[in-house]
Amino acid sequence: MKQNDIKRLSLYLLFAPFALWIALLIILPHAGMLYISLREKVAPRVYEFGLGNYINFFNEPIYWNTLIRTGSMSLLVTVLALLLGFPIAYYIAKIAGYRTRGALFLMCLIPLWVSDLIRAFGWILLLRETGIISSSLQWAGVISTPIEFLYNDATVIVGLVYTVILFMIVPLVSTLDGMDDSMIEAGYNLGGNGPTVLRRIIIPYAMPGIVSGCIVVFMLTAGSYLTPILLGGKNSSWFTEQIYDQFITRYNWESGAAFGFVLLAFTSLVIWIGLKLSGQTLSSTVARS
Amino acid sequence: MIMKLAMAGLLATTVMAAAPAQAETLRLLTWGSYAPDELVKKFEAKYPDITVEVTFSNNEEMIAKLRATGGAGFDLAQPSHDRIFAVQQEYNIYKPLDLSKINTDVMQTELLDGVKANTTIDGEVYAVPHQWGTSGLMTNKAMAPDVAAWGDLCDPQYKGKTSMRMRRTILLGMAFDMGEDPFAAYADLNKYQEILDKVADKLIACKDNLKAYWKGGDDLSAMMMSGEIVASETWDSTAYKLYGENKDIVFVPPKTGALAWIDTFAIPRKGEADDAAYKWINFVLEPENVKIMSASTGSMASVKGAKDLLPDDKKAAVNAAFSDEDMNNLKFFANIPAGVEDMEGKTLEKIKAATGAE
Repeated sequence: MKQNDIKRLSLYLLFAPFALWIALLIILPHAGMLYISLREKVAPRVYEFGLGNYINFFNEPIYWNTLIRTGSMSLLVTVLALLLGFPIAYYIAKIAGYRTRGALFLMCLIPLWVSDLIRAFGWILLLRETGIISSSLQWAGVISTPIEFLYNDATVIVGLVYTVILFMIVPLVSTLDGMDDSMIEAGYNLGGNGPTVLRRIIIPYAMPGIVSGCIVVFMLTAGSYLTPILLGGKNSSWFTEQIYDQFITRYNWESGAAFGFVLLAFTSLVIWIGLKLSGQTLSSTVARS
Repeated sequence: MIMKLAMAGLLATTVMAAAPAQAETLRLLTWGSYAPDELVKKFEAKYPDITVEVTFSNNEEMIAKLRATGGAGFDLAQPSHDRIFAVQQEYNIYKPLDLSKINTDVMQTELLDGVKANTTIDGEVYAVPHQWGTSGLMTNKAMAPDVAAWGDLCDPQYKGKTSMRMRRTILLGMAFDMGEDPFAAYADLNKYQEILDKVADKLIACKDNLKAYWKGGDDLSAMMMSGEIVASETWDSTAYKLYGENKDIVFVPPKTGALAWIDTFAIPRKGEADDAAYKWINFVLEPENVKIMSASTGSMASVKGAKDLLPDDKKAAVNAAFSDEDMNNLKFFANIPAGVEDMEGKTLEKIKAATGAE
């Protein structure tokens, strides 16, 4: 009996940090945001409950256009990160020797030691009109006038891929690591060539890692703020910028909060569709990798 | 023995914890460069029982921070004069000032009266002026000598070589440039919306002419110094700083008048160190301290004879920029009535989201 009590107590204690984390840092703030998002401002210091802030969002094409733009660019970033990250992860997990593996992994981690802001400024120094790339190309005689690489969508995508690719590599490496080499050998022994082995054996095996990497990368990208703001140009609005503007420059917390929920709902929807299309579930992917 | 030691240790920590509580802390919420280290040290030397904590911010973030707490967390804030009236009515984040505790005699009468008129609610004054300056144009004389009006930023001969900040200043500037008076239209918001729509069309058409929108003084300076852009909308202080390094880069008051702002002192509603706040206000109004402050901010203090208290290089820059006529043509930002922020915000979003030819 007493043994049982102790067991239960220790279970509670182990569970407590997690429960506190969820309740205090996730549920409580979101409940507050939801409350704010349902308040409509009618006059100074007078509020009414209603869905007005959400209706506003759908009535204004600028807002949902920005959201769709953000969503599609985030998907593009996710795909690019996967295409670039998969070979890297495969090399680290399967081809590299035991010793180089650690070193390679470390090299992937190093950029993360520097803050987002500094990394964005690094890109700015490289890519600006009077920057390193433009001036070295001029010096080499490839181009005659300076070229501006900054302030366009391509730069934003490059910057974002660079920022998030690590979150693709890590789950991929850990799934691929668990794969027995003999499975690949068996694939070849049974007459498969490279592409077939990749398609029929490696990718299905790595699917949990691919899906969880994609989810993390997509969420991070759609919710990122600094990189699109600093590298983006005149025409590239990011949805998080709209949320910031609502909260800070327009003092309109009500619609900012509503936008926050719209973004949350939108990204959740995209991920749900992605899971359905790939025939995966959260428990078979994220929970496993 | 161990017990005794532990007790002593406990006592020591309580004493140490109590010490800063006795001394007052002045929590200052202000603009970058508005609290230079030199001045903070001097203040703390003069009032040894006050410690100064500085948080750097801007208008919008100051208000957002104070709004989040209902005016707690800071003891003195420095929003611009047009950001007090409506904000106070809506969110109640400031407390009235006790003018008898402020050395208002040294302040320039017009600025003081202007700020008082703009920030009086129910007979109570909520702010007094501190630094003031203007927004206008900056140009590199060697490359773009003819820039003289807001609209010149859209002149095709400078295609890809101009910049502006996507905030309300450029909306107002362009409106003046198109012959409108946006401040007068604050009284009639339908009319103001019409003006905003016209300005939006103009700025969307102008997008192609710009290199990028600048976001802060640093990226603006970098673009200007490297010659990537030749003209831009700017704060005068940024232009003065660059003038110090390159005499070709000057501030140009647009011919429709430079837009003038005044940053103020206002005390948050739940501030806990009012006396220290008043001490700081009076302290930075002293002439020798004005000098240190202006050297750091690059703007003029709203005290009498402020121009003479500017450091020499800044004085030269101001003289290079402003004639007396320009000074008389200043357009002071009018109080922002409720609702205007939303209209302007929507307009800015529309401009930003418009995909012109790129």
